[in-house]
Amino acid sequence: MASRACWHHGGGKGDRVSRVYIFKRFERFWHWAQAALIIALLVTGFEVHGSYRLAGWERAATLHTQAAWALIGLWVFAIFWHFTTGEWRQYIPTTERLDAMVTYYVSGIFTDAPHPFRKTRLSKHNPLQRLAYLLVKVLINPLVWASGLAYLYYNELVAAGIAGPGGLSLGVIALVHTGMAFLMLAFLIGHVYLATAGHTPLAHVKAMITGWEDLEEAPADDAAAAPRESSSAQGATP
Amino acid sequence: MVKPPHAVVRCFAAIALLLAASSVCAEGDGASAKLLRSTSDHTKFKVLQQDFASGPEVTRACLTCHTEAAKQLRLTQHWRWEYLNPDGRRLGKQNVINNFCTSVASNYAYCTTCHIGYGWRDASFDFNVDENVDCLVCHDTTGNYRKAPGFAGQVVTKDTEFPPGSGNLVKGVKLRPIAQEVAKTSRDTCGACHFYGGGGDGVKHGDLDSSLASPDRDLDVHMDALGNNFTCATCHMTQGHQVPGSRYAPTAVDRGSARLRGKHYKTNPTTCQACHGQTPHKPAVAKLNDHTDRIACQTCHVPAYARGGVATKTSWDWSTAGMMTADRKPMVRKDAKGRVVYTAAKGTFGLAENVIPEYVWFNGKVTYTLLGDRVEKGPLPTRISHFEGSADDGASMIWPVKVFRGKQAYDPVNKTLAVLHMAGTDDTAFWANFNWEKAVAVGMASVGAPFSGTVDFVETESMWPITHMVAPAKKALGCADCHAARGRLDKVSGVYIPGRPGDHAAWLELIGAALVVLALAGAAIHGVARLLASRRRKG
Repeated sequence: MASRACWHHGGGKGDRVSRVYIFKRFERFWHWAQAALIIALLVTGFEVHGSYRLAGWERAATLHTQAAWALIGLWVFAIFWHFTTGEWRQYIPTTERLDAMVTYYVSGIFTDAPHPFRKTRLSKHNPLQRLAYLLVKVLINPLVWASGLAYLYYNELVAAGIAGPGGLSLGVIALVHTGMAFLMLAFLIGHVYLATAGHTPLAHVKAMITGWEDLEEAPADDAAAAPRESSSAQGATP
Repeated sequence: MVKPPHAVVRCFAAIALLLAASSVCAEGDGASAKLLRSTSDHTKFKVLQQDFASGPEVTRACLTCHTEAAKQLRLTQHWRWEYLNPDGRRLGKQNVINNFCTSVASNYAYCTTCHIGYGWRDASFDFNVDENVDCLVCHDTTGNYRKAPGFAGQVVTKDTEFPPGSGNLVKGVKLRPIAQEVAKTSRDTCGACHFYGGGGDGVKHGDLDSSLASPDRDLDVHMDALGNNFTCATCHMTQGHQVPGSRYAPTAVDRGSARLRGKHYKTNPTTCQACHGQTPHKPAVAKLNDHTDRIACQTCHVPAYARGGVATKTSWDWSTAGMMTADRKPMVRKDAKGRVVYTAAKGTFGLAENVIPEYVWFNGKVTYTLLGDRVEKGPLPTRISHFEGSADDGASMIWPVKVFRGKQAYDPVNKTLAVLHMAGTDDTAFWANFNWEKAVAVGMASVGAPFSGTVDFVETESMWPITHMVAPAKKALGCADCHAARGRLDKVSGVYIPGRPGDHAAWLELIGAALVVLALAGAAIHGVARLLASRRRKG
């Protein structure tokens, strides 16, 4: 296990490290475009909310709406991509080694303990990531999307008799939208921080840019081989 | 044989002909413009070619052709100064007590200067006499028609000393040339009364003053003298002399679409929607159309009133009236701009230009405090007139209003507003004697109301819709005027306004902020711990 120490210090004996292509081009584009849009939405959204003044309310609201439509468009592509490539399986939650991940972040990471999870192409996310991303995808995103569209089309909802006095109010819609924004912001903070928790502070970021991740004694055959349909949920096992 | 003219002569002749032709042409344009204005040239009417000795004589002449005009006029609020509120109460100038000059009763000869009739001197005025209708006050085009205060709406045709023995000369008005130049109403004719409501230029409404006689585009995009040049009647589309759009019968909410010619409408034609419909904003700013269900157009498009350089009164405290100078003359005080802010006759005024309206939910119902309604001093002012409405009655929009705050006389024993005898040459009129008890006694007696003999002052508040002085779109309110902390609609409740902190759910803000702080703190602590651990390992 000595070689792990090398990773953490950025050195490494090349013979024990292999590079694996983890993040495909669309995935990387999706990730960074989404990151930019979500940050833009948070910045403009909290201005529209009245938390501070930055671009001016009108510009903030306009930019927010435009970014929202762009993000919706991106999501449509991403959802299509996830289903056609089968990548959606990356988000199937597992409790396997979840405790190990928690233990690692709570103590192992400080003592240079080995990372309990090893990425493969078929299993890109550690169990904590799976859980967090799934939460984003099934809770935050749909609610942000639905409440945001209801916000934009409130008048139409009123005209249709769904919203308005006695029914769904703009206040409730805004409440859900704001609540999700807070969750998204908290997620973003955690996500950005944990992105520095790779074997070097920038390792994960680099992988997300280039697509290539350095892996310990990677069974290159595995990664490159034909997909193992049933293994995606067990990928966490080193 | 006739010799052909010399070339030079021919040339001159041609030029002369051309000039003559062009001048004929120009005359023709002018003439046709005048010709096409009306089918009648009133100077040609025999009946108008006489020297009129009085207003009613002119009216009699008018009625020889316009046989039904007086009958039409006699149906109007302009004539009767009375309006039956939907709640069954009798309103109109004749009946209400406001917090400006308070009441018409017992002051007829002065107040009826602005009546569209002749001779309404007291309650015995006969509303059924056709010749008492004043045609000229609305149809004058010369600007020379004037009715002097104190003559009960009669036009003075011979130079007259008024009040008698005062040395003040009221100049006689020559009616013949005025009668011969009558035409449609104008901003000037309507404005002669409506610009001066409350006893002076811009006093009462704030969105109506003499600056609208010839406004520029910024002051009013519709009445813009060099642009759209609307007259009052362009919006107050009058048929048969029945002028729509009275504030006594306001249309707070108009869900209709823009009017089409040929189609029959029973709705108020003066609303913005009557021309602009429900989605007046261009696609680039389409989001604004989502506001038209809850926000009156005026709220954004009349960003401030009294914008034309004429100050409007914002408050009026009658209780300070009656102060005399050291040499026993009625006191007058002016502010730094030379505007009168105190007179012994009227008390203390607040004046302001470019006033930001207050905003209220309004459903078109207005409640009044009338003579005899219980009035008591309390923490809140007495509501002389109050706009009803709420966010959830399904019938209200957010409207800009002028709230006029005053302090006026009331009878603290009988607990009613007082009718004041202000104007007159007699010994009881307040403006002659500065004695409240006498003025109220005569005022109350004139309407047959009891008076305890005691006068006190009570704080009052009246509301006036702000609807004129529509700015060009570029000068309308922007988003951030309301979508902000302490914005224009800060005090309007019952509606969620994005960007207004008052609408935030405190618990969500707290939990959200806590979550974000925890995430940041967690990352920071974890990160520092990693850094320290890594250094220790290295060391």
